[in-house]
Amino acid sequence: MKMTINKIARLTVCATLLLAACSQQSPVVSTAQAQLLINGAGSSFDNPAFMLWKEAYSKTDPNVQINYQSVGSGAGIKQLVSRTVNFGASDAPMTDEAMKNAPGKILHIPVVAGAVAITYNLPGSPALKFDDATLSGVYLGQITKWNDPKIAALNPGANLPDTSIIVVHRSDGSGTTFIFSDYLSSVSHDWASKVGKNVSVNWPAGVGGKGNEGVAGQVKQLPGAIGYVELAYAKQNKLPVAELKNAAGKFVAPSPESVSKAMATATIPDDFRFSMVNAPGDESYPIAGASWVLLYQKQGDAKKGKTLVAFLKWCVSEGQKMSPQLDYAPLPDSVQQRELKLLDTVTY
Amino acid sequence: MGVQMTTTPASKTPAANRAPSGARLADRGFRWLCLAGALVVGVLLLLVIWQLLRGARLSMDRFGWGFFIGKTWDPVSEEFGALPFIFGTVVSSIVALLIAVPLSVGTAIYLTDLAPPRLRQPLSSLIEMLAAVPSVVWGLWGFFILVPILRATLYPVLQKCLGFLPFFQGPIYGIGLLTAGIILAIMILPIVTSISREVLRSVPNLQREAAYALGATRWEVTRIAVLSYARRGLFGAAALGLGRALGETMAVMMVIGNTPYIGLSLFHPASTLASGVANEFTEATGDLQLSALFELGLVLLGVTILVNILAQVMVRAFTTAETRRVA
Amino acid sequence: MTVSSKNHAYRKFKSLAMNVVCIACALLVILPLALILFYLIQKGASSLNWAFFTGLPKSAGSTGGGMGNAIVGTLELLLLASIIGVPVGVLGGVYLAEYGGERLNGWIRFWADVLNGVPSIVWGMVAWALIVVPMAAPFRGTIKSVNAAESSITVQSSAGDTQDFTVDSKTRLKFKGATQLSSLPVGADVVVWFERKGDGSTVTDSVSETGLWNLFTAKIIKLHNAFSGFSALAGGLALGFIMIPLVLRTTEEVLVLVPRSYREAALALGLAQWKTIVRIVLPTALRGIITGVLLAMGRVAGETAPLLFTAFGNSNWNHHLSEPIAALPLQIFSYAIAPYDDWNRQAWAGALVLVALTFLLSAGVRFFSRGRFQKNT
Repeated sequence: MKMTINKIARLTVCATLLLAACSQQSPVVSTAQAQLLINGAGSSFDNPAFMLWKEAYSKTDPNVQINYQSVGSGAGIKQLVSRTVNFGASDAPMTDEAMKNAPGKILHIPVVAGAVAITYNLPGSPALKFDDATLSGVYLGQITKWNDPKIAALNPGANLPDTSIIVVHRSDGSGTTFIFSDYLSSVSHDWASKVGKNVSVNWPAGVGGKGNEGVAGQVKQLPGAIGYVELAYAKQNKLPVAELKNAAGKFVAPSPESVSKAMATATIPDDFRFSMVNAPGDESYPIAGASWVLLYQKQGDAKKGKTLVAFLKWCVSEGQKMSPQLDYAPLPDSVQQRELKLLDTVTY
Repeated sequence: MGVQMTTTPASKTPAANRAPSGARLADRGFRWLCLAGALVVGVLLLLVIWQLLRGARLSMDRFGWGFFIGKTWDPVSEEFGALPFIFGTVVSSIVALLIAVPLSVGTAIYLTDLAPPRLRQPLSSLIEMLAAVPSVVWGLWGFFILVPILRATLYPVLQKCLGFLPFFQGPIYGIGLLTAGIILAIMILPIVTSISREVLRSVPNLQREAAYALGATRWEVTRIAVLSYARRGLFGAAALGLGRALGETMAVMMVIGNTPYIGLSLFHPASTLASGVANEFTEATGDLQLSALFELGLVLLGVTILVNILAQVMVRAFTTAETRRVA
Repeated sequence: MTVSSKNHAYRKFKSLAMNVVCIACALLVILPLALILFYLIQKGASSLNWAFFTGLPKSAGSTGGGMGNAIVGTLELLLLASIIGVPVGVLGGVYLAEYGGERLNGWIRFWADVLNGVPSIVWGMVAWALIVVPMAAPFRGTIKSVNAAESSITVQSSAGDTQDFTVDSKTRLKFKGATQLSSLPVGADVVVWFERKGDGSTVTDSVSETGLWNLFTAKIIKLHNAFSGFSALAGGLALGFIMIPLVLRTTEEVLVLVPRSYREAALALGLAQWKTIVRIVLPTALRGIITGVLLAMGRVAGETAPLLFTAFGNSNWNHHLSEPIAALPLQIFSYAIAPYDDWNRQAWAGALVLVALTFLLSAGVRFFSRGRFQKNT
């Protein structure tokens, strides 16, 4: 008797599962089925933007669900090339070599421009100034204490404790790292020869955090830590940010305005791959960069492709209005127009 | 072991006694089905090894044996070496064993010989509940609770008192090798304790009684008659714990700092084989890096399998030898 | 006092001291459990509300939102893993206990034990390589034209789109009687295996006739790619792999405990062997088998590493097996390493729920293994 009940139970479970599996494939439309899922992965630099845009866009088009995983620019490029996501996001533009090896032509669509802020954890959260020599010295492991004379020279009057500097960097492949190491390479000969610029480098010192979130998390938890994060992460977590000396010799704080000033001096080519670190100008913030959405020019799935392009068009136009609240610099109108034109070249 | 059938449904029985052919077919079919299920484990093992080898091929061709002694992990210059990860894995596991084994053996002694019988079951249940806590939860607790406490209390004390040892020198981050070792120790306590208990229980009572008869105190009985006797089995228990510690990923990832490091300071952040793979896998820039990560996984798999086999052989040899001897 | 009694006092003292040490050891071992439960409840319990269990994650910076999709995701993954792991494990255990010679059984047990020791992150890597990565799909169609001057052919698929393929010395031509480009017949059905590069060029691996094998392979690849990418299926498979050796060993152990007389009585009454197993032996051992299954489920419920590269995580509800899925351990991890206070708070709550789940499964194990199958005294 027991056995029969058991058998029936098992068969019922199997049947239910088969039913469930079949119903998900059938063309019968349920409310759940009407939603289209677009998967994206990549940079944590623009994750705050994507999170906000997801919610806002779902009000414009409730049939679309955007699933974005903040796993780092390196992962984003990787996933896109392996075709395991619909779009990638990266703050490091793909190299010519990488683009050649991809299984299809990939478009770079800049969606945000932001600042890589230097944040730290010190008692009293003093407002500090850094320049290229001190910053590269810290990250090269040459300057190891907070009250080092070089730091003190830039910050007279600041209460710098006699503690070790805990350098925090990214443990994953990061576009933010790319922008940061791009800057350090251009201002420090030592750095350029010893470390170089890439999404993932051989850090001479420090501990690793996963994603911008991880770095901010580490800085927040570890007294004496210093880290580089996208500005939004520092602001949202009430972490102090340092003023940096730019190419013109002036100390500038990271903000949408100083990023805009940096972007204004950059020449943006047709494929939109450009760098704006160490930009000239009195008010430019030296460590600024854009973040791109990467997608294939030839979309395999027509329905998903059209939805994706519609979403991206919204991001580079309507979405830009939300940028300032997230401390990103909105893209200039001219750039927006050019991007919309580029998005029109996507085929399905 | 299994049921030895005298009337095998098949060719062996005379025609008159043969089971109806439908049932025979069903019997054969069911047997094959079960065999298929059992062979899946063999297939899975081959699959795992094959996939890792396939993935690691590029890296193995490029670096050869130098991979194991290479100290640099540089994605920019595409120079990959496994030594920092091996170092982190080995050191954190050793620290874990040094902490966990004495505690576990002490607890096992308590549970087998000293505790009042009514207390034994609830206590061992509690210890098993420790094993039910997932790795990521240990990591969460470790990062937010343990790390600040250690950084503020234990570590400065260690540095002050034992600072002459190179292990306790260097800046104190809170996260690092020692913290990872402590969390790993907590995680392997249940398994080492329960296996140690099994081992101590299979020491024949004759041993204990003989020692008591000679006038030994309780502790002496334990030390002379039980522990030294069960040495091999306890070693196996420790090895099982080691096998578990080697493969731990999440908790370690959250408290070790994720930086390739080779050095003497236990306070310094480091990286293990498992945490290294977890950090970089989904985003390895370039085929060589991905392949190097596969090779790390291969090293991890190889070491873990070896340790586990060794451990099981030791434990099983000891416990079966004892049960056989008693009978 | 004589020397011997002084010595005796010292030895007795030492014995007592070691007793205390052992008690201290036992307490120290229990201490982390107490600590973690304390902190989980203190930091997580206050966040457990209806919104937490049913809501979706909200963007950072805004409070509220929940882990509803992660909780459901974990349950879904457990179900998937069980569907894959339990039948295979039980059948395998049956083979070891009921059939099988000593030698084969010994090997299978050995392999199962080895598998049990494989680190879970390796399972993630394997499942990633097997399912998540899409396989290169060939191009099927008919040859529209052969261009000897440019060493290429144009193939048109049944859907109407055409593609040019360069046929050079590296391309393998698997055609009856055709050894070079010029002898490829126009209008023939072909399957072209190729690799596409980022600059639009293609490298053709082979051009072959559409035989049964090619069609079969192409169909398999298509099916695979329908499910490729990060998906619930991949996550469930990785977890299922972990469950198989666990369930196999525990099933074998409980089946062996069923008395021989049961089987012999059934066989004596003329019941076929398979019916004996399915109708008599398995139901008798059912409790033990359930114990084994719950044990395995408890083990995989808390696994994070294999899900990192398979299930991937999802900030929405999962609707299809081939889509990414959220899971409690993944969500706890992302929230824990993030700097946002609200997320950290939710991570504690999620951890509390996860531990409650694994404890529940653990308690289930203890409940079902009372009586006959109890090992500890």
